[in-house]
Amino acid sequence: MTAPDALLEARGLAKSYGGRMACAGVSLAIREGEVLAVVGESGSGKSTLLNMLAGRLAPDAGEVHYRMRDGVMRDMARLSEAERRVLMRTDWGFVHQDAAQGLRMNVSAGGNIGERLMAIGGRHYGDIRAKAATWLTRVEIGVDRIDDKPTAYSGGMRQRLQIARNLVTSPRLVFMDEPTGGLDVSVQARLLDLIRGLSADLGLAVILVTHDLAVARLLSHRILVMKGGAVIETGLTDRVLDDPQAPYTQLLVSSVLAA
Amino acid sequence: MTDNPYNFAYLDEQTKRMIRRAILKAVAIPGYQVPFASREMPMPYGWGTGGVQVTAAILGPKDVLKVIDQGADDTTNAVSIRAFFAKTAGVQTTTATAEATIIQTRHRIPEAPLGEDQVLVYQVPIPEPLRFLEPRETETRTMHALSEYGLMHVKLYEDIARFGHIATSYAYPVEVAGRYVMDPSPIPKFDNPKMDDCPALQLFGAGREKRIYAIPPHTRVVSLDFDDHPFERNRFSQPCALCGAGDSYLDEVVTDDRGGRLFVCSDTDYCEGRREAGHRGHQPGGPERKEAAE
Amino acid sequence: MYVAVKGGERAIDNAHRLLAEARRGDRSVPEIGTAQIREQLSLAVDRVMTEGSLLDRDLAALAIKQARGDLIEAIFLVRAYRTTLPRFGHSEPLDTAAMQVRRRISATYKDLPGGQVLGPTFDYTHRLLDFALEAEGDGQGEPARPATAPADPDQPMPRVTDIIGGEDLIERNPPQEAGAPVGDLTRDPLNFPAARDLRLQNLARGDEGFLLALAYSTQRGYGRTHPFVGEIRLGEVEVEMVVEELGFAVPLGDITVTECQMVNQFKGSAVDPPRFTRGYGLGFGHCERKAMSMALVDRSLRADAFEEERKGPAQDEEFVLSHSDNVQATGFVEHLKLPHYVDFQAELAFIRQMRAEQAARPETEAAE
Repeated sequence: MTAPDALLEARGLAKSYGGRMACAGVSLAIREGEVLAVVGESGSGKSTLLNMLAGRLAPDAGEVHYRMRDGVMRDMARLSEAERRVLMRTDWGFVHQDAAQGLRMNVSAGGNIGERLMAIGGRHYGDIRAKAATWLTRVEIGVDRIDDKPTAYSGGMRQRLQIARNLVTSPRLVFMDEPTGGLDVSVQARLLDLIRGLSADLGLAVILVTHDLAVARLLSHRILVMKGGAVIETGLTDRVLDDPQAPYTQLLVSSVLAA
Repeated sequence: MTDNPYNFAYLDEQTKRMIRRAILKAVAIPGYQVPFASREMPMPYGWGTGGVQVTAAILGPKDVLKVIDQGADDTTNAVSIRAFFAKTAGVQTTTATAEATIIQTRHRIPEAPLGEDQVLVYQVPIPEPLRFLEPRETETRTMHALSEYGLMHVKLYEDIARFGHIATSYAYPVEVAGRYVMDPSPIPKFDNPKMDDCPALQLFGAGREKRIYAIPPHTRVVSLDFDDHPFERNRFSQPCALCGAGDSYLDEVVTDDRGGRLFVCSDTDYCEGRREAGHRGHQPGGPERKEAAE
Repeated sequence: MYVAVKGGERAIDNAHRLLAEARRGDRSVPEIGTAQIREQLSLAVDRVMTEGSLLDRDLAALAIKQARGDLIEAIFLVRAYRTTLPRFGHSEPLDTAAMQVRRRISATYKDLPGGQVLGPTFDYTHRLLDFALEAEGDGQGEPARPATAPADPDQPMPRVTDIIGGEDLIERNPPQEAGAPVGDLTRDPLNFPAARDLRLQNLARGDEGFLLALAYSTQRGYGRTHPFVGEIRLGEVEVEMVVEELGFAVPLGDITVTECQMVNQFKGSAVDPPRFTRGYGLGFGHCERKAMSMALVDRSLRADAFEEERKGPAQDEEFVLSHSDNVQATGFVEHLKLPHYVDFQAELAFIRQMRAEQAARPETEAAE
């Protein structure tokens, strides 16, 4: 069952709230450089799944294993708090739908990007600032905005800043929770282009949660369809969207096409 | 209540033992904040109850005690605490830094170098250097445990980005023995270098917040900074007007309502010592008067 | 010639004399006695005992006199005295069901075994100044004796929460572990999350005004708990302590306490049937406002245990328990009166330096 080239692998993840099953025995694997989209309606359990994969929520049952930079597969539940925190601020990233959750809103853009560098021992102001400037440029924010706080940024800029803040330590895996949710269509398109370009250039593995099949089609290699806490269908993105097998997926695809 | 219902140095012996255990732990883990069962004291919280408890726990009948506040022996709070121990412990007190075995201080480190037979006891209002970055105790303790000090540097980064400098002029955070980040209490950053490799034992007591921490003798104490924005000690543009010292921390004294200012040593014992040794500074009225006086 | 300021010692001495003078007031008015305070300002005495954590009416009265009626100052005096006293151990839990009740009211049952006993209360007085009380010592101010004696001591008066608990409709109190340690935050530093014993001790010592405001905020939506006053009872209970050498509990005497048991919003799950939840308050003497506030805040602080969303200050344990103590609070607020010359000087020098640099900047740019 263990995929030999898996970067992250989950087995039998389950979580219930009160009596309601939010996630019922989900297993998946993702390879390095692969973009996996988790799609489904709201309440399908996709955010619960993402939070369990990212170590932000303890599962009731099941395991998550991750291949560390030394090549060793580790059980996430057995990492010490210190190891877990180091992993989260170096090799992983997490992009929230609400940028205010992923940014320090009262810290300048430069400080937001520089935080991870300082957390792993960066002690040269000039270098930190130069890296922050480079990353601002990569996410298409003017370097002259480096000392502004995110409160002065538009919604799309905040999201791009959040991405820069995560990528500055060259992580191998980034979790994204509806990264384009709540943005205008034109702003969305620009952000999607940026994410697609960066993940290809950097060889990032991405686990992306979205309710929007168009977003999944544009960004992902593989897709995983969820309903009522369970995986309904999984496969290559083009195959699932062009030739859905499960009746629920067919309904999902057709309703999008109709809209 | 009888005439003398209180134990030597006010606190009962059990409490002193408890405080001493906390002090020993603090010395063993330099810069780590040890929780201790701080007692109600007969002076208000925030007025030195932590320092007073530490002093009471280490004070012996043969000790010679000096108490300063803002560097001075005769500020009201220093007078009050000195009188408290003179009354409850009957120990000898002094204003001379060199004569003291225990020096309790609020906001300053004496100018005269300290020796290995001396203990410096700091009064601490907020012991947690991360408090204003992260209000939750549960979170700050985790951050210390995991040496997660990135947020502290984010604050310093923001200062430089905004002001061109690290904009902390007192209570400037330090790293102790290469491990814990520590609040040195609100001493001016001018005093920070004196903590490094100091031969005296330095104890910090926070009564309201119930924490004790320590810097053992000859411990490395580094003020946080960036490689390209190193820590700088603040300097004064003029010497003390009374004793002429150019190496001391100065208080600004307003001499009139027309903007008249005078700078004098904040460490009164240091200033008096220099004047007794014949040093003179610029008095108001100009250098002519000074020369005439000499 | 400038001479450094001196004379702190003399200033303090004289300040103390001025204070004594102000405390005495007009010397043509007779000096108030501590016995008068103890007997006639008894609710102030009760508050000082509760928040001072020391049951001694005479010392509390002395503290009130010495503090010129400033109750927080009086609490401070009592605490500073208490802290030096040895701790012998702890008593057995008070059996408030066996209280000699002087007042007992319930808002949940109109009538109940033992009945409602109104007792000494301001509740139904009209708040009109009674100028008859101005008359001094001529006997006209003497109140009439109460018409009937309080409740019949032989009539059992079960606690309302026990009545509700008889049907298993309210959460059960955690079972008592024999020999389990009882926390004491005056002897050990408070760590978070705090256990129930320490939380209740902290609230019992907490400032009445602070707890009142927090309790009030829960009623206005900042962490609602849907409370009912199950019962408030005031009276005398016996204190017992187990003496190890004897191996059994020995009575130490009777004390007066006020107890408030709130019955709150029920909770349940698929497994657990729904039950009401509890909030508890207790203080020395007659202290209804304090006991009620304490019970409301106690319940609100258990938000996590009931998986309630924490969105009000009264639900934030670290916030409430870290700021409830008025002796700590007044000390730190008032410490701002102490000199901060040194720190202010550091800020002053720094702000001047930055201003100087800023002023110099346009010239440099122009020169470039």
